[in-house]
Amino acid sequence: MTMPSAVRRKGWTRKQKRLGLIAGLAIVVALATTLVLVALRDQIVFFYSPSDVATREVVPGQAIRLGGLVKDGSWVRNGDNNVFVVTDGKSDLTASYTGILPDLFREGQGVVAEGSMTPDGKFAATNVLAKHDENYIPKEVVEALKASGEWHPETAEAAK
Amino acid sequence: MSIELGHFALILAFAIATVSTVGGYMFWRSGERISLFLSQGAVLQFVLVAASFAALIQAFVTSDFSLKLAADNSHSLKPLIFKISGVWGNHEGSMVLWVMILVAFGAMVAAFGRRLPSDLLSLVLATQSMLVAAFAGFTLFTSNPFARMIPPPLEGADLNPVLQDIGLAIHPPLLYAGYVGFSICFSFAIGALISGRIDQAWARWVRPWAVLSWMFLTLGISMGSYWASYELGWGGWWFWDPVENASFMPWLAGTALLHSALVMEKRNALKIWTVFLSIITFSLSLLGTFLVRSGILTSIHTFASDPTRGLVILALLALIIGGAFVLFAMRASALRTGGLFAPVSREGALILNNLFLATAMGAVLVGTLYPLLLDAIAGTTISVGAPFFNLTFAALMVPLLIVLPFGPMLAWKRADVLGAAQRLIGAAALAIFLTILISALGGISISLAPLGLLLGFWVAFGAVAELIDRSKLGRIPPAESWRRLVGLPRSAYSTAIAHFGIGIAVLGIVATTAWETELVTTLNPGETAQLSGYTIAFDKSSQVQGPNYIADQGDFTITAPGGGTRTMVAQRRTYVASGIPTTEAAIGTYGFSQLYLQLGEPLKDTHVVRIWHKPYITLIWLGALLMAGAGALSLTDRRQRIGAPRRAIKAMPEPAE
Repeated sequence: MTMPSAVRRKGWTRKQKRLGLIAGLAIVVALATTLVLVALRDQIVFFYSPSDVATREVVPGQAIRLGGLVKDGSWVRNGDNNVFVVTDGKSDLTASYTGILPDLFREGQGVVAEGSMTPDGKFAATNVLAKHDENYIPKEVVEALKASGEWHPETAEAAK
Repeated sequence: MSIELGHFALILAFAIATVSTVGGYMFWRSGERISLFLSQGAVLQFVLVAASFAALIQAFVTSDFSLKLAADNSHSLKPLIFKISGVWGNHEGSMVLWVMILVAFGAMVAAFGRRLPSDLLSLVLATQSMLVAAFAGFTLFTSNPFARMIPPPLEGADLNPVLQDIGLAIHPPLLYAGYVGFSICFSFAIGALISGRIDQAWARWVRPWAVLSWMFLTLGISMGSYWASYELGWGGWWFWDPVENASFMPWLAGTALLHSALVMEKRNALKIWTVFLSIITFSLSLLGTFLVRSGILTSIHTFASDPTRGLVILALLALIIGGAFVLFAMRASALRTGGLFAPVSREGALILNNLFLATAMGAVLVGTLYPLLLDAIAGTTISVGAPFFNLTFAALMVPLLIVLPFGPMLAWKRADVLGAAQRLIGAAALAIFLTILISALGGISISLAPLGLLLGFWVAFGAVAELIDRSKLGRIPPAESWRRLVGLPRSAYSTAIAHFGIGIAVLGIVATTAWETELVTTLNPGETAQLSGYTIAFDKSSQVQGPNYIADQGDFTITAPGGGTRTMVAQRRTYVASGIPTTEAAIGTYGFSQLYLQLGEPLKDTHVVRIWHKPYITLIWLGALLMAGAGALSLTDRRQRIGAPRRAIKAMPEPAE
């Protein structure tokens, strides 16, 4: 515990110590910034509406978020496999999901799904986001619907 | 009548806070007279806000639906505990809770701070009053919880069923106590900047408050995580949801603050940085409040999104944080820098700790705010998900955890790394041995998981090694060693326990991430499924009636790998008043592991069933509990008792500038 210190070397003035400290800090911060920027470039997920998917090229396999309304009468369940159509009024996109859908998943309601496009032009969802209020429509979906002119606030007036 | 009294009490508290703010900032030099006045004001604010909070609780408990808040958020059939917790299960009520905790902390400063120098005490209380005035004013003018509803409805609209859980009674009050507790550190920082009184004694006064708030925040976050894992039916414990990040950022900054205040207290160094962190930590708490309350994030925590409220909170935020930083920029250069130390020393290790924690906090901040900024500026909607945070956060935490066990082993001023390493050899050897043993038993190939385990064991054993080393176990007779161990200061124990808790949490995170198994299948009553050695038998499906819901229920019998059976019940509830369905997962805890059963929608008698086996997941929350417990233990240390260090001021007669 009380070993004589081995680092009692000469040559480090106060100024050099401070410079060394600042250099060390700068290196760590620079590394972290690089890391954050690289991760941001690779890991962010863009939000698409079915119209966006129809008009823009989406690379199959790339992670995206798809948002819109679940088309009435489109939800087919086969065991734990679900197929439904996401619509924004202009374009439709068939999505599939294996697992238990959130409690508030309903036809005619808003939905946000994470996943990617398959080569045959369908959407494979890996996660369908839970929502917490039956009147609640995700902000992204509202904006997508507004953009496609399918936003009818009266049907969602209780969305607060 | 009591509603109006409650409303009036809150208005009165707002008025007193305003007077205290103005008076405090004008006359803080006037000694005992003003500090006594402000102390009484702080206690009065507490009494008044408590009265208005009690009025709300009374209206909810008695189902007085002439109170609009109760009519919107309560229901007469709700169990009593949810009637009470429903008070803060909405925007207006949660703001009252926020103010309530703020005034409680202010009153605590008034009660325990009698020994503080009167100018610093006055400035701290004036700053607290300023915060009370700002947030009580916000509550009164933009989110009045006392609005009446005429004519009153016969029945309330009920609380969001997801919130009808014991978690709501525990998680928000703890989290808010953590958030708001850091306001004391903020007020101390403002007081120090205005008065120029910033010395080791200052750090000694601030640190207990930082520890207390950090303890509440740790509990609040881990409770929230546990609640989400069983209630939301997402089957995870952390999602890097912006709202989770909003509570995690002050935690990271607060953890850094605890450590830097330690350097300041012991060595009179890192003064400017500690003051800066005090401001940053509370600013992040405010940012969290803004993100959650303004409704710009879509999450379970967003009760209502009224844009004007968001703007008002943003304006308050800009004023408080902006003002604090302007003051900091003006005054920080006047603070004298203190003790010198070599790069390899306890101070150096704590700087490293602060550097990594602050950088990690920065990374989380970027990931959380970037989508919001991009949306506001460019109109592009993106989401920054878990992969971003996992990558950046882990990359920053790994080096921190590697050097963590060295920290407490190093001496102040100038230390010997080799000596510290020698004393950690035992811990390292044990960690490597256990990791290899587990990997060999589990037949695991080289992957990240064993490295994660190694890190967890290293941190946990390294924490214990410090205690063992200080007891000189094996080098002196055991009885003597035991006496030394018992005689160690509580601060040594709290350090060791907190660091041990981190190691435990890391182990839980690694184990549950690497070895979680999941099965989604359809089951008819009478059928069974297998997962990770557990046999899950679906016994029967039935309809049951709860107090304010009906439920579709599945009864299961679980046979564990080691034998032994137990029954578990999973439900899909539909709440009568709102028609909202919720999933009540069945959770069986086996040792430190959990089996998690979720019932899907029925197709006649067939149910989709989702089953997770989450090995050692409870270690995550256990680790958090250990950390919070360590915080509580360190608060009982005689040397850290709040407001106690009067003698220390005499012993350390550093002049105020």
